[in-house]
Amino acid sequence: MTDPTLAPKPIRLKGRSFLALVLSPEQPFDRWLDGLDDLARRSTGFFLGRPIVLDVENIEVGKAELKTLVDELSSRGVRIMGIEGALPSQLAPGMPPAMRGGRPAGDIAAPEAGEATPAAAPAAGATPASDEPAVAALPAVLAQPRTVPSLILEEPVRSGQTIIFPEGDVTVLGSVSSGAEIVAGGSIHVYGALRGRALAGSVGNADARIFCRKLEAELVAIDGLYKMVDDMDARLRGQAVQVWLEGDAIKAQALG
Amino acid sequence: MAKVIVVTSGKGGVGKTTSTAALGAALAQRGEKVAVVDFDVGLRNLDLVMGAERRVVYDLINVVQGDAKLAQALIRDKRLDTLFLLPASQTRDKDNLTAEGVATVMDELRQHFDWVVCDSPAGIERGATLAMRHADIAVVVTNPEVSSVRDSDRIIGLLDAKTERAEKGQRIDKHLLLTRYDPIRAERGDMLKVEDVLEILSIPLLGIIPESSDVLRASNLGTPVTLVESAPSSAYRDAARRLAGEAIPITVPGEKRGIFGKLFGRRAA
Repeated sequence: MTDPTLAPKPIRLKGRSFLALVLSPEQPFDRWLDGLDDLARRSTGFFLGRPIVLDVENIEVGKAELKTLVDELSSRGVRIMGIEGALPSQLAPGMPPAMRGGRPAGDIAAPEAGEATPAAAPAAGATPASDEPAVAALPAVLAQPRTVPSLILEEPVRSGQTIIFPEGDVTVLGSVSSGAEIVAGGSIHVYGALRGRALAGSVGNADARIFCRKLEAELVAIDGLYKMVDDMDARLRGQAVQVWLEGDAIKAQALG
Repeated sequence: MAKVIVVTSGKGGVGKTTSTAALGAALAQRGEKVAVVDFDVGLRNLDLVMGAERRVVYDLINVVQGDAKLAQALIRDKRLDTLFLLPASQTRDKDNLTAEGVATVMDELRQHFDWVVCDSPAGIERGATLAMRHADIAVVVTNPEVSSVRDSDRIIGLLDAKTERAEKGQRIDKHLLLTRYDPIRAERGDMLKVEDVLEILSIPLLGIIPESSDVLRASNLGTPVTLVESAPSSAYRDAARRLAGEAIPITVPGEKRGIFGKLFGRRAA
């Protein structure tokens, strides 16, 4: 007999997005660093404690040069949490990790000269409030409407194929075969038969749902909680069904 | 311009080699120049089914490695003037097939033939992916049972990802050839129905070959099925005509009306 209290708890992995400032260095780096120093002089501690991502997408830079740049920045108290747009060959061990899949948000203006406190002017459209600290400006940027991307697949998803789309919803016009797998950050819509596995809300989205025209799935999961279809009501098999999460329980119901 | 066909399935024992020989012979019977190529290096069988096992001197590996010219390795069929066989090697293994070597051989075959029919080995590894790599058309051989259908589904996914056409953003034509179909077992519900297989795989149907002892007998005699008159023989010949672009209605063995007639019949009822 196995003691259920000793059974290992399943580890749940969740994704979470944070807002980070993105620095896009320009060549020559000496002049760009001078500009950065100038900005830092005018507003002490602007970068202190902020997560910063270095975007090297549009510049040609070698591994050694990039390393020097990261070191230069860290000597100025700028801590780089990740590098975006770098080739694997440009990243040496010990450098910040490569980042991808960043979503654009509103720009954050650099502080104006003469300002006493480190403050960021809010993005265009928001009320200018220069006396507010920079931290208060960040939610204003977040509140801007953001388009949620979705992935539409016009072909059936075949056995052995895995579709991973953490950015948003996945819509499949055909069927998802037995042995195929869909992993979506948002909801999953299948207009054919769902015979494989569907994992919705994989980046910690408990509101994600799974919709299919014919439920014959091997496994469905939302936000890390899964259910085998054999554990579901047998009457739902072959029906048009939606699956959602209520607390920690997976619910399923025929679509009317 | 030559058309390259790959006969593939994922699962073993479903009838790839038999179908390659039968389709190749049926296309050659139309007077077109056909090469059948055995990609099953190490487990060659196509030469046996074609009745040419005692005539193999050079093989695909020799040509790929440049030890023999293509013309030296091709074996002309004794019954059909326009049918040629490029055998596989029995003593080597699939690691001897290089991507560049296969590309060169396929290019040369395209220049000399109207049809190049490649017999893929089972599995999804190197041999199978190299066999499908240069194909314009894929014939997916499937038996009406679940494991064969799932393996075919997997192969269709690979055809859409790993072929040269797919990598160039073009489409590869995929056709389903349902083999070993037994009308009596289908009637009893022991086998998947034609509609079920089509629903799962969702590719067009090229033909349905009935289960028959004629197929085994022809293989053992070293004669492509299509050279002797029988029910599977005419089903294969119809499939070859459809490959060549003719519109011929498909009949489900054991049913008097065609599948389309049946569908219409239901609608009218």
